[in-house]
Amino acid sequence: MTDLPVRYLPTDRAPDRPARLVDDFTPALIDVGAHHLCPGCGEPIAMRSVVEVISELDVVQRAIAVFGIGCYTAFSNNLDIEVCQALHGRAPSVATGIKRAKPDTVVVGIQGDGDMVNEGLQEVLHTAARGESVTCIMLNNGVFGETGGHLTATTVLGQRTKNTLEGRDAEKHGYPILVSNLLAQLEGAAYVARGAVNTAGNVSRTKRMITRAFETQLERKGFSFVEILTMCPTGWFIETEEAPSYLDHNLAAVHVGGVLKDW
Amino acid sequence: MIVRGTVVIDVDACKGCDLCIDACPPHVLEMTVHEVNSRGYRYPRLLAGCTGCKACSQICPDFVFQVYKYDEPLEIPA
Amino acid sequence: MRQLMEGSEAIAAAMVAAGCRFFAGYPMTPFTEILEHMAKRLPDVGGVCMNAESELEAVGMAWGAAVTGTLAATGSTGQGLSLMQESIAEAAMARLPLVVFNMARAQGDYWQATRGGGHGDYRTPVLAPMDVPEAVELTQLAFHLAATWRNPVLVLGDYYVAHTSQSVDVQPLDFGPPPDLSWALDGSSGGSGRAKLVSPLGTQKQRDDVGYDLSEHYLACAAATSAMLAGIEPRAEVALCDDADIVVVAHGTPGRYIRAAVRVLREQGIQAGYVRPITLLPFPSGAVARAAEGAKVVAVYENNQGQMVDDVRLAVLGRTPVTFIGGLSLDSSGFGIAPDLDVTILRDRIAGALP
Repeated sequence: MTDLPVRYLPTDRAPDRPARLVDDFTPALIDVGAHHLCPGCGEPIAMRSVVEVISELDVVQRAIAVFGIGCYTAFSNNLDIEVCQALHGRAPSVATGIKRAKPDTVVVGIQGDGDMVNEGLQEVLHTAARGESVTCIMLNNGVFGETGGHLTATTVLGQRTKNTLEGRDAEKHGYPILVSNLLAQLEGAAYVARGAVNTAGNVSRTKRMITRAFETQLERKGFSFVEILTMCPTGWFIETEEAPSYLDHNLAAVHVGGVLKDW
Repeated sequence: MIVRGTVVIDVDACKGCDLCIDACPPHVLEMTVHEVNSRGYRYPRLLAGCTGCKACSQICPDFVFQVYKYDEPLEIPA
Repeated sequence: MRQLMEGSEAIAAAMVAAGCRFFAGYPMTPFTEILEHMAKRLPDVGGVCMNAESELEAVGMAWGAAVTGTLAATGSTGQGLSLMQESIAEAAMARLPLVVFNMARAQGDYWQATRGGGHGDYRTPVLAPMDVPEAVELTQLAFHLAATWRNPVLVLGDYYVAHTSQSVDVQPLDFGPPPDLSWALDGSSGGSGRAKLVSPLGTQKQRDDVGYDLSEHYLACAAATSAMLAGIEPRAEVALCDDADIVVVAHGTPGRYIRAAVRVLREQGIQAGYVRPITLLPFPSGAVARAAEGAKVVAVYENNQGQMVDDVRLAVLGRTPVTFIGGLSLDSSGFGIAPDLDVTILRDRIAGALP
């Protein structure tokens, strides 16, 4: 242990002055904090907010999470809530089956953009159109992260990915799909919002969106959806500390944040 | 300077991503320059002035922080 | 009480009798009427029938319902089954009880059903009814097998089974004590430190720094598959084989016609016998091998270019010559209406195979 210069405070043990714990290392519902997602990945940040909302709304013993396939799948066996792992793109139909068979459960889908908007676009559109009483969450980093950083249907024009090395070009690769905007047009969708986890303020705002989405399900108002822009410095080929502003200037400029639909 | 809180840092959990540094509103987190943890990553250290706002724990992808708010704020020389 | 029922309706009634309370489907001939009847019957018993927007979503919804321990089923015809293959293969890895109906067009889906049309080294038991009363029995057996072995089970019917009306009395069959459903999800184990997981990637929640171990999981699934294959009794209808010169093997609707053709041949003094596999997986190899002993030839009839004939050859293992007397027999609709299904035509086909 090196000697700390006088200006650094000890941070290796709880304070000896009277204090209350306002945030623990891991939220209660995450079993193991250690994971192998990249440094600076936004997905664990979003997962933290989701499970905190489940605790705060006191639906821990009613919750069933349906996971898609992506880097975030690492959390499907790392949560102290019931989890059903689905196939790539298929979480919305699986969530529908669970909720229709057991209407008293609180069903939340966790998918990435590659999973939901590439492989499974029809599933989320149909589930929203039917007004299924489930909450779908999309972790959008504009790439297929798990395979190394490839183009998805949400990649923005000009974005460099492993298979669009010169940047996404409308003529060759078409235009990104703004899935929250699509879903907001469907009558069965009651709550649609787009947040981000690149700043502490955005994490707070996004957590309020997640809460409202769950409330939509609890009040049986219809389909609820929260798109969460997450950082992927590995898939974006940038330094971790540049990722929050890259997200702002590139992804959030196209997939614009805010509440698109409320009830 | 008023100090309202403090943090416990799980140094070995850190993957050196730097997100907490910019997220901290009073800018009281500083990454090490040469020191690394057991996995080879640089990690944050705490300066005086923490407000216990938990921006760091909420933005951290690796669950490095435990955040405390003092029952009574502490006055220290600036 | 016996009633004249079209096959599709009888199958729906059998599903309800078996305790199925979730069905999802997409219309496609000749499966469509099963969806129609389930849409009518399930709400009356507190069940749910979903009109899925695609076959892919149908099997997804059934997967979700099955995860909750609800007896769930889906179905289609061959093309729709093709769309469902990834999910069926992975449902086997997730150890999910799921009943899937293929109301097939002709018999070209034998390999899709028995060789596993999906990826990976999984198996699905396959039951092949020859008529409506047998479909009523095998439908209920399918739910029992699926829940007992925690594996998808296929019921392979066809246009004739779906659209023929026969007199049936659909009663719930007793298969003994209900299978264990303690693995199923309903949210309630959340927060306990032991929250449940249903996943095609593994069964363990992470307690240390290890995620999914697919090697461990796939090996465990393989062991479960072996136990399932050993634990299901292969079934076949075998008749007139003890002194047969020619043994005919056929499954499903053609099996009914072959039975009749064999009986006509016997009346004409020809020593014919038949084996009608009822479980296509596990295949009744033992019954086929025993029937082939002492025969001069084994003739396989099926409405395709030769698929089940491979399993017959494997069962006989060269001890008796095996000849294929089947072939594609279709009308212009392609739905599997077979001009071959005529006792006289098949009688002559069989007689022609005698050495």
